[in-house]
This record gives sequence, C-alpha cells and structure tokens, in this order.
Amino acid sequence: MSGLDTWRGPNRLDALRGPSKPVDHNARSIAALAANPACQRRAILDAAGIDKGSTIQHLGYPHQFGQSPFALARQEQFKAIVKAHGGAHILRLLRELLHLSVEEAGYHNVEDAADDNGRAVRHRHTRTVLRSAAEQPEHAATLFDDPLLKLNVAGYDVYLEPDVIAFQVGRQFHVVAIKTFAVVDGQADTPKVSAAAREAAVYVHALRELFSSLGLDPARVAHDVVLICPKDFMNFPTAALVDVRHPLEVLRRQLERLSRIDDILDELPPGLSLDLRMEGKTPTRPAAELAAAVSALEARYAPECLAVCEMAYFCRAEARACGSLEALGRTVRDDLGGLESIDTAIHLISGDPVCSPEQDAIATRLQYLRRLHDEAVA
Amino acid sequence: MSLLRSYLKVAAVRDGRAQRATTVRHVHLADAPLVFVPLRLAGEAAAPLAAMVGDDRAHPHLLVVTNPRNRDERFAFMAELAEVVVSYIERFTTQVEMSDTRTPYERCLDAPQILVPNPAGVAFTRLLGRSTRFRKIEGPHAVPPRVPLLGRWLTFLHDRSEFADSAMLLAMTGLLSEHWVTGQSAAEDAKLSTQLAWIDPPHGLTGAEAAVQAEDPLRSPPAGPDTDPGFDHAVLQPLIGGYGVTAQLREALHEQLEPTWNDMWQAVDLLRPLPEGASVAARWERDRAALAWHQRWLTDGGLPQGRLDSAVAAARRLATLEAAQQSYEANRAFDDPLVMADYRAAGVAFAGRVIAVEADRKITPPGGKRAVLRPLVSVRTDDSVRLSPGTRLLSPARPKQKAHLESVEGDVAVLQLNGGLGKGTTLPGVGEIICYADLDPEGHRHPSLPDLADTPWTHGGPPAEYVPTDEDAQEVWS
Repeated sequence: MSGLDTWRGPNRLDALRGPSKPVDHNARSIAALAANPACQRRAILDAAGIDKGSTIQHLGYPHQFGQSPFALARQEQFKAIVKAHGGAHILRLLRELLHLSVEEAGYHNVEDAADDNGRAVRHRHTRTVLRSAAEQPEHAATLFDDPLLKLNVAGYDVYLEPDVIAFQVGRQFHVVAIKTFAVVDGQADTPKVSAAAREAAVYVHALRELFSSLGLDPARVAHDVVLICPKDFMNFPTAALVDVRHPLEVLRRQLERLSRIDDILDELPPGLSLDLRMEGKTPTRPAAELAAAVSALEARYAPECLAVCEMAYFCRAEARACGSLEALGRTVRDDLGGLESIDTAIHLISGDPVCSPEQDAIATRLQYLRRLHDEAVA
Repeated sequence: MSLLRSYLKVAAVRDGRAQRATTVRHVHLADAPLVFVPLRLAGEAAAPLAAMVGDDRAHPHLLVVTNPRNRDERFAFMAELAEVVVSYIERFTTQVEMSDTRTPYERCLDAPQILVPNPAGVAFTRLLGRSTRFRKIEGPHAVPPRVPLLGRWLTFLHDRSEFADSAMLLAMTGLLSEHWVTGQSAAEDAKLSTQLAWIDPPHGLTGAEAAVQAEDPLRSPPAGPDTDPGFDHAVLQPLIGGYGVTAQLREALHEQLEPTWNDMWQAVDLLRPLPEGASVAARWERDRAALAWHQRWLTDGGLPQGRLDSAVAAARRLATLEAAQQSYEANRAFDDPLVMADYRAAGVAFAGRVIAVEADRKITPPGGKRAVLRPLVSVRTDDSVRLSPGTRLLSPARPKQKAHLESVEGDVAVLQLNGGLGKGTTLPGVGEIICYADLDPEGHRHPSLPDLADTPWTHGGPPAEYVPTDEDAQEVWS
C-alpha cells in the first residue's frame, strides 16, 4: 500500500463515521470479517470504526451481542486463577504441553511497565520487550502478559490484546488463549473451539507481522496455539495445543482483500455519512435517513450472519424485502441453480414462462420437484 | 438439506406457512411424555439455574437454584430433579415382559420419553448426567441417594439419543424440522418459538410475520439452556445469591420458562395427530428392550458408565450408530412416499408403471451349474434415474424381494429379481405402479471387531478394567 493510500483511506473513512470516536476492532471482529469476505457493508463499517451496536439499535433492531454479566464475571475469575502467582498454572501447563524446563521460566507483565501512557507507548514497549527476548536466548521461556499488538487493517492501525504470549526454549513463541468453556473428559464443544482458534489466529498473524517488521523470522511464531480451559466442572485449568494454520490462511486472504477498501469507497455516493449525530448519548439522526445511508453499502446477507454480525437483522429485513433466495440459506440457493430471487422460483414452480434461456434448466427441475411432491401427497 | 426440502422452503415462503415434509410421523410420541426445559447459569459448564419439568402440562414442576455457584444448592436441585425424573422413569422399568422371539429377551411394556427444546438441551442433559453419576451416597461428599441414579439414567438416555432410531430423549426443534419445512433458514429454525410460528401461525399472521414476533426475547425468551443476556443483566443479577428474594427469583424464572413450556406442549399437540409410520413401533420396541437391559444392569449392581469408551467399545458403538442411521433413513423412505420423493429427486430411486414381466426367465449364474429363476421386470418411469446397472434395489411394496438394475434405456428401467421368490410371494404385475430404491432397511453389515482382550497395541492394547475411584466421586463441581 502506498503512502498516498494510507493517507486517503482513513480520511474518507473518518468522514463516513463523523465526529464519534472510532470503535476498535478486536480479534473477534476481525475473525468475523473473514467469515463473510464478500460483504462490503461489514468491511466498510468495521474499517471506519462505526459502532454497529448503536447503529442497529437506532435502526430499530435489538442489539443481539450483549454478554451476560455472569459470563463476564466468570471470564475474569478464571483468567485471574490462570495468571495467579506469576502465571504458575500457565507454566505448569506449558511444561506439560511443550516440555518447557522449570528453571528457564520467567514472567514479564508488559502492562506494568507501560504505565498509563496510552496504547502507542504500550505497543512500542511490547515491541522492545519481544525483540530483546527474541534476540537474546538467555531471556528464553518468559511469559509476556498483557502485550499489545498492532495490525494494519485497511489502512487503520488496530490494537489487539492477546491473553499471554509464551516464549520457549525451542526459540518459538506461542500465543496462549484463555477461554471459559469446559473441557469435560478431554472433549470440548467443537464450535467454541473453532471460534477460539479463529480468534487466536488473529493474534498469531499480528505477532508474525510484528516479527517481520523487526526483521525477525515470522516462522518463529508457532501456528500451534495454547488453549487454556477449565477442566471438567472445576476451576482447575487444563490446556491443549490447537493448530490454527487453516484459520490463519483464511484470515490472511481476507485481510489482503480488505486493502482494496478504497475501491469500495470510490463507488459510494459522494457525501455519504453514517453519523448518528450523537448529542450526549442520544442519536439524533432520523432513523429513515440512516437506514437509507446504510443501504447504500452493499451487503451480502446469509443466515450465518445472525450469529456473528450486529447488523444481521437489518440486512435480513432488506434481503427478505427483495426476496433474496440466499436468505433461506446457501444450500437452498445452490440447490435452485443460482436463482437470485424467491419470486422467480415461485413463478417457475407455478409454470409461468421463463424470462431467460438460462432459466430453462432450473425451471424444468422445479417442475420436476413439483410433480414428485404432488404425486407423493396425492 | 435436500432438493425437495429446498423446493418446500420456497413453497413455505409462497404460502406463508410451513410445509409438511412427511406424510406420517416417523417418531414415537409417548402418551405422557416428560417435558424438560432446563436453564443454566451463563458462563458455567453445567451449573443448573432452573428447570421446568413434568408430564402434566397444567402442573409443571418449577425447580430453582437460588445461588447456582453454591455446590450444596446444586445437589439439592439435582435431588429435586431426581424426584421428578427418576420417579417418571421407574413407572416404566417396573413392568417387564419376555419377548416371544427365538432367543427371548426382556423388554419393558413401555418406555419413558423426555422432550427437551433443542440440541443444546440434549447436550446439557448429558453434562448433568456426567456431573452426578459418579457421586457417592455416603462418606465425606455424600449426596442424596437418587442423585447418582439420576446421573446414570440421564447418561443412559443421552447415549441412546445418539442413535437415529431412539425416541427416549429428543430435541423438539429437530423433531419439528424432520416433519415440517419452514420458510426460514436452518439457523433460524434452531429457535423453537420461530419454528412453531411458521408451522402454526396465529390467526391473521403469515409465518414470516409470526416468526419475527417470536424472535423478541421479551415475548419469547430463549428456550435454554442459555438465558437471554439482557434478562441476566436486568433481572437475574440483582436476585442471584440475595437474601429473602427467593420468591421473586422463582417468579422471574417462571416467567422465563413458561413460554417455552407452552411451546413444547403446542409442538406435542401438532405432532400428535400425524399418523404413525409403519416402522415406528419396531423402533420403539428397541428402546423398550434397551431400557430393560439398563434396568437389569442397575439391579445387578453394574458400575456407572465410564468417562471414556475403550477403543473396541468405541468402534463397535460407531458401527452400531451408523447401522441405525442407515436403517432409519431407509425405513423412513419405505414408510412415506414424500420422503421417498426426495430420493427420487436425487435419482437414487424411481417410480413408474410395470410394462412387462418375464416371470419364468431362468438363467445359469456365472460359476453356477443349474439354471435358476431370475424374472425380469420392465418399468416405465418419468423420473430421471441416476443409477448404474448392477445396483441392488428394493421396493417398499415387497421389501424382501431382492432385485438389481439390469439396464436403463430411455424411460424404461429393467430389473432382475434375485431373491424372495419362494412360495407365498407375488411378482410385480403389469400395470402396477411400483417404486424401487437404492435403500435397504436391513442392509447394514457389522464389521468384525476383536474382543476387548485382543485390542491391538495400535489402539492402546487391552484396556484396564474400569473401576470408579473416590476421585470421581469427590470431583469438585465449582
């Protein structure tokens, strides 16, 4: 990306957002971007740091991504247990998993050293500490707690806080992810493990970028992430190595795509603004006007969005209003030979003449399905 | 998802209500099922918060834990749950008969059926079973006697529920989507209230409109086991662990659970009138036999189910699960022309009119000496057949009569009949409408697996005999 692009991108994005403070990306939001790479709406909203939660509420839809206070308290409690006594549990688990020898383990809290001097300072400090650890083997096997990593997403610097980074004797850095879902009898909930792997991949990616920028070999950041979870029904931590090569590759491809965000901006109507016009904590922009502005950003709604994106209910209403077949699920659209709209499918089922020769095949198939169905229920 | 289901989804949007995916009910529905709607505390693996449970829709039992992080209260909850659930199960285990088969075996006259809202409810039932079945009823961490028994029954029910042909523990969302196709995506069908909205929309509303209303967590709280974060924040947090607020807490949780409780019984009412599929009773019979077997195991002092299967047991279980799945799918198609239509759409089944029968045809099979009877049947079909010659086929009309496809030319398929031709059998007649499918309800083969004692070293060698330890019994539940 040239210097001009990095200058041009954020400015236009800032204009889109208005005077509100940008909302930070986090590992979860970056992982969610990778889940639907074709969605320009999400790409732009995230790149511009727009508060999707407030936006969707102002548009009249519930904000679905609240977290239970019990879940938050549990997270804090478990993290505290894991990190207590200079990361004693982490060291024990790393010894078991990575065959780390006891005497070489140290603990370094990056946050302590950085005071309150803001994130840029904390990130610089993280760089310094990690470089010295990487270059000086005598600093081997140190746990780095609360480091601050930086990732360039579409011209914006995004700060990311992994739970812990471990550095071990084999000259490899490992990202440690602390999660509160239980591993019962050696088994955990698969969707939760995959989500944790996608998030951890973001940290691995950011750490590798940092290594490259320091002139170090990025391969020294391991693609095996240490996942720490409660064992059975206890508060006792257990750990497993999770290979994140696949989510890492998906993420890398998607971030490459995102750098073309300027192209999307070029296509937007001039003067487009997604500003909520906040007065204190109250948005004053007419909701209909905001809805029109959001609609100017092209969305790619699929039912999978409901689980990962705040905007999903707005996009779903839009997709339903225009009769999108994809809103019923990607398999339905694929099964019906790439028809775009439900109305077309309904017409073809009822035997209306086809409008284009490409629809011949799918019309025949729908008529065939209708015959089989009617025969069976007769 | 299948082609026909995709077609029905479009039809559901067109008509504004869900479409029937079957002509019959393929799952046994008990006269008095036990509905179980559990809730857990957010962020915890298996900390019960509340449950609404019972087999009488007018009088549900409401069980509440006032402080879910307190171990004693959790076990008090489990003891209450055991009162309801174990009593319900024991109504069935006490009545046993011997089968009149060649090798007689025990089976219960009827079996329990527990209905939970969704697959997460089934998984939570498993965790409740896992966290209680190893507990000791005496000694330092003693729990009420029925708690470990409840754990063993819940574990048994969950183990059975993994078999496609079992109906003793079922998720209602799965049960509904097996019988209806809604005009919303599978992700949205996971919410019981919206699926019901499509199947049985209130008067004057389309399914889509009703489903949007049913998505509101204030109107239709989540069907559990996870609660709505907004409810946790606004209502639950101030009440949990507080003093003298038990009545308020019970009322708040009653309000959260009741809509799902009513949804569950509405779903039962919708499923009840569907006529039962022909093979349903045979499948329920297997559940009755499994129940008697487990009761016998308990009576004879058998140990609780282990934490992990041994290699051989796991392989054997997997093979049985696959066989049950295959047999279930085939039986469903044989019992129901609408399910069969799906296979026809995929080209692995076809239906048509018999146009010729060569009943006396005899051939000498390769390697054979005598000529044997091998009739040929020609069927004219409008279906697009995607089967290769040689494929073994069966017809729902004569499931014992083995056939294979000889050839397909144009719209005529020719079959050779290879078995089931003895006395008392009939051949397809000219003019008969007949269906053949590449499906076999009994066609699964059990792989030969070694005895436990002969487990190969690649799989860890013979497993040590499982003995529950005190460690299991005293495991912290925090």
